[in-house]
Amino acid sequence: MSQSQLANAPVTAQVTLPVAAGQVGRLSQALMAMVLGVFVIGMVGFSHIDVVHNAAHDVRHSNAFPCH
Amino acid sequence: MSTFRSIVFASVIAGFIVGLIVTVVQQFGTVPLILKAEVFEKAAEMHQHEAPATAQPATTGHDHADHDHADHDHAAHDHGDHGAGDHDHGAGAWEPRDGFERNAYTAAANILTAIGFALLLAGFFAVRSGATGANVSWHEGLLWGLAGFAVFTLAPGLGLPPELPGVPVAPLLSRQIWWLAAVLATAGGLALIAFRRSVPAAIAGVILLTLPHLIGAPELANIETNVPSSLTHQFVTAVTVTSLVFWTLLGGLTSAVFARFGRGANQRA
Repeated sequence: MSQSQLANAPVTAQVTLPVAAGQVGRLSQALMAMVLGVFVIGMVGFSHIDVVHNAAHDVRHSNAFPCH
Repeated sequence: MSTFRSIVFASVIAGFIVGLIVTVVQQFGTVPLILKAEVFEKAAEMHQHEAPATAQPATTGHDHADHDHADHDHAAHDHGDHGAGDHDHGAGAWEPRDGFERNAYTAAANILTAIGFALLLAGFFAVRSGATGANVSWHEGLLWGLAGFAVFTLAPGLGLPPELPGVPVAPLLSRQIWWLAAVLATAGGLALIAFRRSVPAAIAGVILLTLPHLIGAPELANIETNVPSSLTHQFVTAVTVTSLVFWTLLGGLTSAVFARFGRGANQRA
């Protein structure tokens, strides 16, 4: 970036946008990971599909997830 | 590494290790009790299934008795204690064979469960470290693990104590809904108390913590089981202690691993 371009560019945009975008990105990525976690737990511990229930049977009982 | 990738990476590592450790702990704690209870459960089912056959009037010839008995066995799995389709001990659906296969699936399910909960924890760690600018220490992670123990084991366990196979329980869906409500209310209540340091928030937090128990968990009016109550009591203790080990390990380990792999993401953000 040349000197003249730097002088013309709005300073606030250069400084605040990347930080704000980084934080929003971090939050949405954290939320995405948490949704994935809830999905995994829901599948293993709470799915009503018989085969899943039978495979995870002892784990459901051992974690006191509602079972049977 | 992006935040999402470091969360997933840390969760898979921590979840794998904790899932394996908990599988070993369960082999000494909860699993022997489940197997013992299943002996009582199967005995009760046999009794239930045989009762109509033996109650056949004597007018039925011997030739037909075997045939009747077979019919009962065939239709037997749909017994009344459980909600329709809730429970299955092999009436058509696949289930792992006892021994190695069953334990292997238990280990896999434990690892997946641990990864799932680690994803939740690491998600919070990412938000926390983003807000404070410092990584969540293993000690802080351990405290988060204790919070997970309170939210996912203690609070729902007060209304729905850990149950052994063979003990009749209220319909599955109603218990799952209450379990989820108890978890959400407890998490919300603890968060209000921990992160909003004001008197009204603390009062609201305590109300949220107690609310699911004031409403009450779904339960049967009359529970008849041949599973001894001493076995149930041992099981409640075993589940609670195993869960405490699980959550403290998972909290400490997830935060430690995430702090290692999340550092790059921290610097970039």
